[in-house]
Amino acid sequence: MTLLNILVEGTLIGGFYALFACGLSLMFGVMKVINLAHGDMAVVAGYVAVFLAPKWHVPEVWSFLIVVPLFAILGYVVQRTLLQKSIDRDPFTTLLVTFGLSVVIENLLLAVYSANGQSVNIGSLVSKSFQLNSSTYVSYVALSVLGAAVLVLGVLQLFLSRTNTGRVIRAVSDDREAAQLCGANYKHLFGIAAAISFATVALAGISYGMMTEFTPTSGGANLLFAFEAVVIGGIGSLWGTLVGGIALGIAQQWGAHVNPAYQILFGNFLFLIVLAVRPQGLFGRKEAMA
Amino acid sequence: MDTPSPLLAVTDLTVHHGQLCAVDSVSFEVGRGDVLAVIGANGAGKSTLLRTIAGLHHATSGEINFEGHEISAYPAHRRVTSGISLVPEGRRLFQSMTLEENLIVGAHKAAAGAFDIAAVYELFPWMPDRRKSKVRQFSGGEQQAVAIGRALVANPKVLMLDEVSLGLAPIVIERIYEIIPQIVASGIGVLLVEQDVSQGLRVASRALCLLEGHTTLEGRPEELTSEQIEIAYFGSHLGAQGEKESA
Repeated sequence: MTLLNILVEGTLIGGFYALFACGLSLMFGVMKVINLAHGDMAVVAGYVAVFLAPKWHVPEVWSFLIVVPLFAILGYVVQRTLLQKSIDRDPFTTLLVTFGLSVVIENLLLAVYSANGQSVNIGSLVSKSFQLNSSTYVSYVALSVLGAAVLVLGVLQLFLSRTNTGRVIRAVSDDREAAQLCGANYKHLFGIAAAISFATVALAGISYGMMTEFTPTSGGANLLFAFEAVVIGGIGSLWGTLVGGIALGIAQQWGAHVNPAYQILFGNFLFLIVLAVRPQGLFGRKEAMA
Repeated sequence: MDTPSPLLAVTDLTVHHGQLCAVDSVSFEVGRGDVLAVIGANGAGKSTLLRTIAGLHHATSGEINFEGHEISAYPAHRRVTSGISLVPEGRRLFQSMTLEENLIVGAHKAAAGAFDIAAVYELFPWMPDRRKSKVRQFSGGEQQAVAIGRALVANPKVLMLDEVSLGLAPIVIERIYEIIPQIVASGIGVLLVEQDVSQGLRVASRALCLLEGHTTLEGRPEELTSEQIEIAYFGSHLGAQGEKESA
């Protein structure tokens, strides 16, 4: 009974982790940038949905329809300006720049919206659920987020494997110079990858706000879980990220079942065990670790 | 003896790697159907020369004219769409992809012309059967063929080949070089870099020897004596005898 509960809860939260992590994984895979502000972008998307979308007469439930495209554009612009400039210097600069961005965003949000928790208002939908058995309930919101994660990962997978642009993005990720020699404008493709990354993390941020409360500093903790999901699943594998997220979610729920204080601890244990036993991740290739 | 308007004309090209002058005021021309072999020892600046023409390095000074346009300011991807393709040293295939995907990426900005994926499959008849295989499982010679195919499907007017024979067995090298006459016959100008001098000279219509970034010898292969080439290749205390012997 409790086992079913752990599995269901873990899977549902794992879907969210995968949605949150896929953009991080994409940016690392394509431009070798570890975006330390990734989590903060999700939080910003949450604040836009809560505070700005109503001003534009968009109900909070549907805010993702406008926030997600907006973040795609933002991602392209930030990549072509700030991030490209730092990539041109050296990889270490991108770490400093995205870390700085993260600090600036958190403090701006604190200054403007205070440290109070916010959540995306979706009315009575937030508490609706159906019952699996006497003790296990499945929330519609969490199930929708898992569904969105699977859909996003599926579409992304199709885009990367079947479309011309997707193939060339993979080519740039394999060997940037060789892709240039095939006529690829890598800066533009970096922009597209960042647009996808920002769009998916915006969706993740709004989903988070629908499931629970967020504050200006929520990004950091979720970024850690996203890193763990990517590493557990294996760098460069989208479905691996989903499995990694779900494995992390289940480990955390198991920890919470043993003792509520152990929730994050068990997740970290799983992460460390995977790193020790299978450092390329569950679905990663050894060569991808170079 | 040159055609009135060459495809590619390089004038006084100088390239630095930091403090080191890798290419020192090198000039040459490549016309339609020409095969220019650039020979020279390790570190003579051959690869740097090709990479600079492809747009992967910046020239310190000098001009690169392609079909009458100065292209030094073009980014690498624009030079490909203009008609210059480089088969890079070490093959540099997209290792996570299949043979076919490598060719599709090579063709994604292709100009109209004689070469498409089907034409490359004709050139290398073993390819269609293995088009769905990941290239990382291929042998060195097969990977080299894919690299050449990937450059050809862009339909270049000038094809640059950087050390295609490196690390391959003689029989495999021979098979790779067999296709060059077919490529040239379609009107493509070829600029190739070879450490293996005899291999380079066998296919070339003209040859250029680099030593420490300088041009030490230029001419038609049949007009060059092996002694001239030796001096130009290794340098010599015999003095400037080997310098600029070109007719």
